[in-house]
Amino acid sequence: MSETINVTVKLFAQYRDGKFKVQEMSFPKGSTAIYIVDSIGIDHSKLPIGVLMVNARHVEEDYILKDGDIFTVFPKVGGG
Amino acid sequence: MSDKIYRVNMQDLSFKIEDVPAEWMGLGGRGLTSTIVAEEVDPECHPLGPNNKMVFAPGLLSGTTAANSGRNSLGAKSPLTGGIKESNVGGTIAGVMSKLGVKALIIEGIPQDDSTFYHVHVSKNNVMIEQVPELVGKNNYFVLDAMEAKYNKKVAVMTIGRPGEMKMLISNISVRDPKGKLRSHGRGGLGAVMGSKKIKCITVDAEDYKEVTYADTEKFKAASKIFTKALQDNPISGEGLPAFGTNVLVNIINEAGGLPSHNFRSGYSDNAEEICGETMAENIKARGGDTTHGCHAGCVIQCSQTYNDKDGNYLTSGFEYEMIWAFGANFGIKDLDQIAKIDALMDDLGVDAIETGVTIGLAVDAGLIKFGDGDEAYRILEEEVANGTPLGRIIGSGCGNLGKLYGLIRVPVVKNQSMPAYEPRAIKGQGITYVTTPMGADHTAGYAVATNILNSGGHIDPLKKEAQVELARNLQIATAAVDSTGMCIFVAFPALDEPECLPALIDMINARFGATLSGDDVTNLGKTILKTERAFNIKAGLTSADDRIPEFMKYEKLPPHDAVWDFTNEEIDEFWNF
Repeated sequence: MSETINVTVKLFAQYRDGKFKVQEMSFPKGSTAIYIVDSIGIDHSKLPIGVLMVNARHVEEDYILKDGDIFTVFPKVGGG
Repeated sequence: MSDKIYRVNMQDLSFKIEDVPAEWMGLGGRGLTSTIVAEEVDPECHPLGPNNKMVFAPGLLSGTTAANSGRNSLGAKSPLTGGIKESNVGGTIAGVMSKLGVKALIIEGIPQDDSTFYHVHVSKNNVMIEQVPELVGKNNYFVLDAMEAKYNKKVAVMTIGRPGEMKMLISNISVRDPKGKLRSHGRGGLGAVMGSKKIKCITVDAEDYKEVTYADTEKFKAASKIFTKALQDNPISGEGLPAFGTNVLVNIINEAGGLPSHNFRSGYSDNAEEICGETMAENIKARGGDTTHGCHAGCVIQCSQTYNDKDGNYLTSGFEYEMIWAFGANFGIKDLDQIAKIDALMDDLGVDAIETGVTIGLAVDAGLIKFGDGDEAYRILEEEVANGTPLGRIIGSGCGNLGKLYGLIRVPVVKNQSMPAYEPRAIKGQGITYVTTPMGADHTAGYAVATNILNSGGHIDPLKKEAQVELARNLQIATAAVDSTGMCIFVAFPALDEPECLPALIDMINARFGATLSGDDVTNLGKTILKTERAFNIKAGLTSADDRIPEFMKYEKLPPHDAVWDFTNEEIDEFWNF
C-alpha cells in the first residue's frame, strides 16, 4: 500500500503568480484540500480562497483527496 | 429637484417637456422604464410599429458622486422576445441625463417621411430633430466622430450601426464611453426599435447644468464612503475584476463543467486556456494594453480594458467574457486576437455579443460555416450582415429564427433570446433565471452563478434542483431594485458578502432624496418591478409555457457531468409565488 497519493493540481488567477498552472504532485495519503493548498505555499490570508473543486465538484477545505483526483484552486473571482 | 420628462414624438417631429408625475417620482432606471412601458405601451403592439416607445432613464443615484452609479436604463417592447425589455449600459449617458435634470427621455411614434434617418439632440429645455442623410449607411465610430466634430467630448452619444438601420434583431444601441469607445444597450434587438423610429443617433448635452441635488450632503458623503470601501475591500470587485476583467470566468465556469461549448454540446472546452482571463491579462501586460478601465466615470471596479495586438496596436476595448466565450468556447476560435478583431467589428456595427455569437455558433449546425473558422465569421459580419444580404439577414435575425429556418433542434434560446455563457443543465440556478426572467434568457437578471459556482452569498450545489428557485427569485428581486439605482450589477458581489454594502446603498438613496426607505422597501420595489414586467408579458401573449427550457436540454446529457434539465413545470412556476 502506497502512503502517498498523486493529484493533478490546477491553479488559477492570482494563485498562479510565481507558481504553476497545472502540475502532478504527490501528497501524503489522507491529505485534505486545505493541507494541499497550504503545502503548495498559497498565501490565502491576503487573497482568500474562493472555490476548491475536486473532479469538477465543489468541495470544502476539509475534503480528503484520493489518488488520481484533479484538484482546482481559485481565489475569489467573479464577473458576468 | 426640477427633473422633467422629455417626450419626443417622431411622427410629427415634436417634443414636450413635462413635470414628473408623483407616482414616478421615487423611481429611476429599470423601475421607471418598466413602469412607463407598462403604462404607455400597448403590450400587443408590433415592437417595430408606431405604438412601441423607447424609454431612457438614469438610475436614482446616477449623476451623483456615488461609486459605480453610471448605468442608464432603456425600456421598450423587444422585437426579439415579444416581451418587455430593460437593458442598461455604462458610458457617459446616465451622468449627462441626470445633470441635465432628465428623469426620463421617452421617444414615441414613427416619422411620416421614413425615407431618411434623424439625429435627436437633447439640451436644456430643448430637443432638436434633424435629418442626417450623411450618416445613413454608416457605422458607429463614424457617427461618434461626426458628433465629436459637431459638439464636444462631453456630449453623450447613442447610436445604431447599419444592422440597426435594417432593424436586425441582433442589433444594439451603442453608447459612447468616457474614453471615446463604445458600450452597448445589449440584448433584445433594441437597435431595431431605434431603427424603426428612423433615429440614427441621439445626443444629450448637459452643458454646465448640474441639476443633481442632495437632501443631506453630509449623510450622503458618509454613506458613499462606506459603500466605496465595501467595493474596494471585496476580493472580487476590489481585486479579481480589476486584475483579470470579466473573462476571469472562463476557467472557473469551465472547470465546473458549465461552459457551453460546441453550440451547447458540452460543458467543458479544451481551448479554455487559450482564451481565458489569465491569458488575456498576460497578453495585455506584454503588449502594453490597459487591464483596468471603467465603462463610466466614477467606477472604482475598473473591470474593462484595452487589448492590443502583438505589435502593440489597439485591437479592441471592453473585451468581455460573454464575447470571448461565444466566439471562443462555443464557436471554437482558439486565437484571442482574432476574437478581439471580431469584437471591434461588432462594436462598430452595433450587434449584440451574445445573440450574434450564439447565432454564429448555431450556423455551424446549419452548415453555413465551419467550427472555429474566425476568418469566415468576420467575413459574414463585415460583408453579409453589414450589407443586409439574405445570409446577413438570416444571421441578423438571431439564434431562434436561424434554428427555425434550418430545422434545427439544438437551439439554445428562451423566449427567442439566446442563452449566455452558463449552461443551465450544469448551473441550474442560472437556468431558473433564464426561464423565469421576463427578459428572455439573460444572465444579468438574476446571477445565480454567484452562489452556484463562485461561492458568493454562500454555496448552493449547481447540479441539484434544491433551493435554486428560491435563489433565482431572491436574486432577480434584488437585481430589479439595483437596476433602478443606476448601479453596476457587479455591486452584487460586495452586496452578497459585505454586510455594510447594501445598507450604505440605501442610505445614499435616502440622503439624496430625503427619503426613509428600509431594506424591505427596496425588496418590495424589486418585487413590484418584476410583477409589472410579468404582467406586461402576459398581456403581450407570453404564458408560463414560455417559461421553459429548450426540450433538447431535457434529454441530451451534458458532459462532463451528464447533466440534464430536470425541473417540472410546477417547480418552475413556483418562482412567481411571491
